[in-house]
Order: sequence, then structure tokens, then C-alpha cells
Amino acid sequence: MDTLLAITEFGAKATADPFVQQLSIFVLAIFIGYFVVWSVTPALHTPLMSVTNAISSVIIVGALLAAGAAAGGLAKTLGLVAIALASVNIFGGFAVTQRMLSMYKKKK
Amino acid sequence: MSAFQANATAIAYLISAVLFIFALRGLSSPESSRKGNLLGILGMVIAIAATVLSPQIVTYGWIIGAVALGGGIGYVIARRIAMTAMPQLVAGFHSLVGMAAVLVAAAALLNPSAFGITDGLGRIFLASRIEMSLGAAIGAITFSGSVIAFLKLQGLMSGTPILLPARHPINLALAIAIIGLIVAFGLSEGAAAGGGNLLWWLIAASFVIGFLLIIPIGGADMPVVISMLNSYSGWAAAGIGFTLQNSALIVTGALVGSSGAILSYIMCKGMNRSFISVIAGGFGGDGGGGPTGQRPERPHKKGSADDAAFILKNAGSVIVVPGYGMAVAQAQHAVRELADRLKSAGVSVKYAIHPVAGRMPGHMNVLLAEANVPYDEVFELDDINNAFSTADVAFVIGANDVTNPVAKTDPDSPIYGMPILDVERAKTILFVKRSLSPGYAGVDNELFYRDNVMMLFGDAKKMTEAIIKTLD
Repeated sequence: MDTLLAITEFGAKATADPFVQQLSIFVLAIFIGYFVVWSVTPALHTPLMSVTNAISSVIIVGALLAAGAAAGGLAKTLGLVAIALASVNIFGGFAVTQRMLSMYKKKK
Repeated sequence: MSAFQANATAIAYLISAVLFIFALRGLSSPESSRKGNLLGILGMVIAIAATVLSPQIVTYGWIIGAVALGGGIGYVIARRIAMTAMPQLVAGFHSLVGMAAVLVAAAALLNPSAFGITDGLGRIFLASRIEMSLGAAIGAITFSGSVIAFLKLQGLMSGTPILLPARHPINLALAIAIIGLIVAFGLSEGAAAGGGNLLWWLIAASFVIGFLLIIPIGGADMPVVISMLNSYSGWAAAGIGFTLQNSALIVTGALVGSSGAILSYIMCKGMNRSFISVIAGGFGGDGGGGPTGQRPERPHKKGSADDAAFILKNAGSVIVVPGYGMAVAQAQHAVRELADRLKSAGVSVKYAIHPVAGRMPGHMNVLLAEANVPYDEVFELDDINNAFSTADVAFVIGANDVTNPVAKTDPDSPIYGMPILDVERAKTILFVKRSLSPGYAGVDNELFYRDNVMMLFGDAKKMTEAIIKTLD
């Protein structure tokens, strides 16, 4: 009981490292992913792969920060290349997913 | 950046993460999936807008150019690609995510202040060093591994496993080196203190191990490989997300990482093989693989398109079992046409899909959807297996191992324990196949020699078209 009290007191005074907060988000998101993905119908596993591909290209936000910074020479160039690669994926991934999904039709 | 701006940006990222969850959630049924995809696009627009509007970004010209260039290429590819080429397209896209992660990590090392990850002396934070090195390493493995998967799937590289003599010790040494480099880079103080070279070596070692991990894996194990690389691309994105302290990227990375992991698990289960044994590689090649040697030819019944048409026409119910051979021959449209003819003659037609049919998860479903087969006529293994016992005809086109009853009867067989489609219980079985050669597992299929089985030798598309012609 004493220990618990000590922990609570400690928690109230200090703020957690931002890393720990991010880690919490990360772990909870893995659980969300687990449940959401198991609910995906096997017939749509190919579109699932193409759409996860598209959304993982949200990594473009990192590329934008590098490319749009005021200074940075080589870092800016690397950022621009990363923007182009991620854009192939974003546009290509969503477009091909939409194209596949539009083919799935019910019996007339 | 004011506190208000910082909060607004963070909330925008949260919204896009939620929209991405809805995009995946939509895939629980074909009806909701199209709306889900649009929500995913909206999430991406919000994430990009929030970043571009933040005050750290001061130049726009080149950014717009890069987006237009990449986006244009991606869009054109997406419109033109054949559905049969979907596995290699997805592998190619994975490689781009991996490379983007490597480039972002490299840019963060070279200009850390743009990412807000430095202390007062320009040194990169310890946590950021670990996160960016993890993101870069996983990204590099994803890149080179996906490039090899792409080359194999595209047929630019043989699907037969390439086995280096000392591959396990080499891979182990590389893995230890990679872990050592991550630790060393973490202990260093980043580029400002001369630790930068460690990251370049780390990226180089990761490229090599990604390459070495995939070359020994055979073509038919590609469904596992492609799912695994899907998962890696997610973990790489999450690693970069930690570096950028960006919740949208962390959540997305976690979603994609777990999605790929679940798909890998489903694919391994569909083959009754452990993940480790797939990764260890060396199993099977394309088509004829395995130590077949010269087998004596056993008696089997060979049929013509006429015979097949007669049997199909007089059946009450037919179950079509498509496999990779149908994809290779681009026979899905012909199969659907055949099904249409049979249906108009009063025959009931259904499709049975094995989890590992094709070269990626759900591959057969997409091909059948492309050929306008209604998705409610297409069934997964568990849902249709009992129906074979009441079916008049099982029409197996381009599939082999997934129908082999030896998986249930012979504990010594390499495919023992693999769930199979019970085509053997149908009254008559038609096999459309190029030859009697065994499947990728190198196992002879007992079914070929049974009395109620007719072999239709030839190209899947040509044979199906010939059957249609005789039906007229």
C-alpha cells in the first residue's frame, strides 16, 4: 500500500517522457489493428494490402519536413526524393484500391 | 510555433489516424469498402495539409513538383496495371515505403533541427537516435527484400530458391552487426559528434540482409513474403513516426504492421508451415520444383474439351477451384463465361478459394471480381468444403497442391497437415493442367490417377475457351 501511494505521488509530480506517451499510442493502435484486420473479409485481402500500403505512405509528412525546411542542402534533396516515392504510393495505392473495390459486385 | 498551432496540427494528425482506422474497418464487406477507401484518402489529405501548413515548411515549389511527379507516375501505373500483376505491384509499392523511410531517417540525421529532435548543442536526442536507426534499418530491409520479391513475381528473376552455402551463419552475423550498429549509433551523439557514419553502415547492412533473406524463398511462398514485407513497411513507418513524434504515423505504422503480421499468420496457416520455416527458405520453386526425377507414368484418364463440356452440361452443381495457373493463363474471364453458359443451362456454379491460392492473399478473389464474378458466388475454404460431397463436378483450374488428399493421409508428406479443398468428394473431378507434373511442393497428386478424375491437358485459358465453344 505504501509503495502504491509512493508511485501515485511520484506520478502526480513528474510528467511522463513524451516517448512513453507515444509508446502508449503505439501499443493501443496495435490492438486496434489486430481487431480491425481480423474483421476484414478474406475476399478483400488484396485491397487490404494495397490500402495499407497507401496509408503507410503518410511517412510523407517526414519527407515534407525535410524538404520544406529553410536550410538543409542534402537533407532537402533526400526529402524531395522521399516525397516523390511516397507520392507514387499514395496516388497509386489509393487509385488501385478504388479500382479493385469497384469490381466487387453482388449477384444481379 | 504557437501552442495553438501545435495543438491544431496534432489534432489534425489524430483525425487522419482515425480516418485510416475507418478505411481498414470498411474492408469488412465489399459494400462499405469503397466508402472506407475515400475516408482513407481524406485522412491522407488532412495529414499532408496539416504538415504543409505548419510554419516549419517555408518552401513549396519543389515539394509541389515532387508530389506531381510521383503522384502522376503512381496514378498512371494504378490505372494501367493488369489485375494478375497485383502481387508484383504491391511488392514494388512496399519497396518505395521502405526507401522513403530510409531517406527520411537520413534527412533527419543530416538536418535534425528541421525535425525538432535536437538539444541546445545540436545533438540528436537519445530516444530519437534509437527510433531513427530502427526506422532506417527496417525500412532498408523492406526496400531490398521487396525489390527481390518484385523481381521474382515479375519473372525477372527465377522463382526457384537461391541457396547460398553458408546463408544462415551469414544472416546471423549480419543480424548481430545490425543490432550492434543500432546500439553504437544510440550511444554516439549523432552526426554532430561523428556518429553519422554508423547510420550509413547500418543502412548498408540492412539492405544486404533484406536481399539475403528473400533470395532463398521460393515463388509459391510469396504470399507469406509479401505479407511479411507489408508488415515491415508498417514497422518502419512507426519507427520514423516515433522520431517525428507524429501520432498519425505511429498509429498508421502500428495498423499496417499488425495487418501484415496477421496476413502472414493466415498464409502460414493455409500452408501448415511455420513462419520460421518459410523464412529459412529453400522450399519449392515454380511449377515443377522438387526432386521429381523420372517417374514412371501411371495410368490416368485423359479427356478432351468435348468430354468436359458433356460432363459439365449434365451436372446439377459445379464448384470451380481456381489456382495460380488460372492467373498465369489470364483465364478468369473465360472461366466466368463458362460459368455463365452453365448457369443459363440450369447448372449451379460456385467458386472455392484456398487461402494460399495465387501469389498474395486474396489474389483469386480480385481476379474473379475483375471477370465480373459476383462475390456472393465465391466462398472461402471453411464455408464451402462440405459442399463438395454434394457437388457433381469439381472443376479445378490451375490448382494442385491445395486439392491433394495426401495432406490428410500421409504424415511423411511435406504438405501433411495443410488444409485442403475436399475436391475428392465430388462425383467427378476435372483437372485443367499443363501436365501431370507435381505442384510446387514436389508432391505427386494421388487424385490424378483416380477413376472419377479426368485430366484436361493444356493452357487454362485455351482449354476453357474450347469447352465453351463445344457447349454452343
